[in-house]
Amino acid sequence: MCLGIPGRVVEIEKNVAKVDVGGLLRDISLDLCPDVSIGEYVLIHTGFAIQKVDEKEAEETLYLLIKMAEGI
Amino acid sequence: MKFVDEFRDKEIAEGLIRRIQKTSTRPIQLMEVCGTHTVSIFRYGIRGVLPEHIRLISGPGCPVCVTPNGDIDLAIALSRQKDTIIVTFGDMMRVPGSTSSLLKEKAEGRDIRIIYSSLEALKIVKEHPGKRVVFLAIGFETTSPTIAVAILRAEEEKLHNLFFLNSQKRVPPALIALLQSKQVKINGFILPGHVSTIIGINPYQFIAKEFGRPAVITGFEPLDILQGIWMLVKQIEENRAAIEIQYRRVVHEEGNPIALRKIDQVFEKDESRWRGLGLIPDSGYRFKESYKEMDVRNVDVEVEPPKEHPECLCGEVLQGIKSPLECRLFKKVCHPENPIGPCMVSIEGTCHTYFKYQ
Repeated sequence: MCLGIPGRVVEIEKNVAKVDVGGLLRDISLDLCPDVSIGEYVLIHTGFAIQKVDEKEAEETLYLLIKMAEGI
Repeated sequence: MKFVDEFRDKEIAEGLIRRIQKTSTRPIQLMEVCGTHTVSIFRYGIRGVLPEHIRLISGPGCPVCVTPNGDIDLAIALSRQKDTIIVTFGDMMRVPGSTSSLLKEKAEGRDIRIIYSSLEALKIVKEHPGKRVVFLAIGFETTSPTIAVAILRAEEEKLHNLFFLNSQKRVPPALIALLQSKQVKINGFILPGHVSTIIGINPYQFIAKEFGRPAVITGFEPLDILQGIWMLVKQIEENRAAIEIQYRRVVHEEGNPIALRKIDQVFEKDESRWRGLGLIPDSGYRFKESYKEMDVRNVDVEVEPPKEHPECLCGEVLQGIKSPLECRLFKKVCHPENPIGPCMVSIEGTCHTYFKYQ
């Protein structure tokens, strides 16, 4: 029920975005996450973008994970 | 897929497992609150790679599972009324009510439809102006703002034939109930990532401040879950209790303020009944005064008194008190083709997950 999947915004018209989700284009409402630009990633839940995916935070988490996994 | 595949790296996972093994010395029980976490934990075999003294227990985070029979019975009673269309999310169809299910009623000819998004309900309303459309609205805080948007749009577009059977739930009050009941020992919580995307960190502070337990808001890929577990282990070993965020790529401390405002526009907190956990203060929503006419609970309809299968342990499973393996019905009578309780229906129900992966 609380599934969320990331997708890349490829087109925006008013409050609906076309979002590329693993190669499939889907119409996604931006009512809950209006401040997005083309090329950015959003987290999608039941047809709504509910948050932007923060690329910098994702990279930092991965960097930290790699460091944690090294030398142990 | 970007933001997914990177968080499934085997070598990093092995390093994280070694780090957990090295850090953890105490026997602990961690509850993963969310059913989507339970599915990931089983799919990636995470229980099997943790030290034996770290036990993961599944919590009540499956909206389909916690919907009480009374609400399903009410939806069934409404579906039998003239000129009524029931719409709901897919998993609700097969959940057994007291004597029937929405799927059985559909087979009997009632107009019951599955929707993927709340906005599809508006489309159905417009296509059927002479009918009453009732949205059996379930879900946690992840879903509630999407339902609020549908309500606000219906009002804007003056759609007077859309009604809601509101059975939404709020997660933090259920955690208070679990901690107060003391029926199961919980040393820390793996908190639901997507609920937290909406509500942020503050609604959970009581876990650390009042109950002295650590909790980590965690993502759903294997590396996320392993890092979340490591963060919990570290806090426990250091005798700390704080609410931390592992899932930083989509969870901010303040949550999603736009989504929270939408919820606040149409709903206010109210007590709500959960399967297994009973009536919990502030764990649901009621309509604010100006939207009350959309509340289908105001409609007069006769509903059968709720009853449950006497041997179904779904209620205990939802509280982490019992495992599906302790249920006499599990795999024998109750399986995904013939679910006795909702925990076997939903793809994120604990019984369904055990059946599929155990």
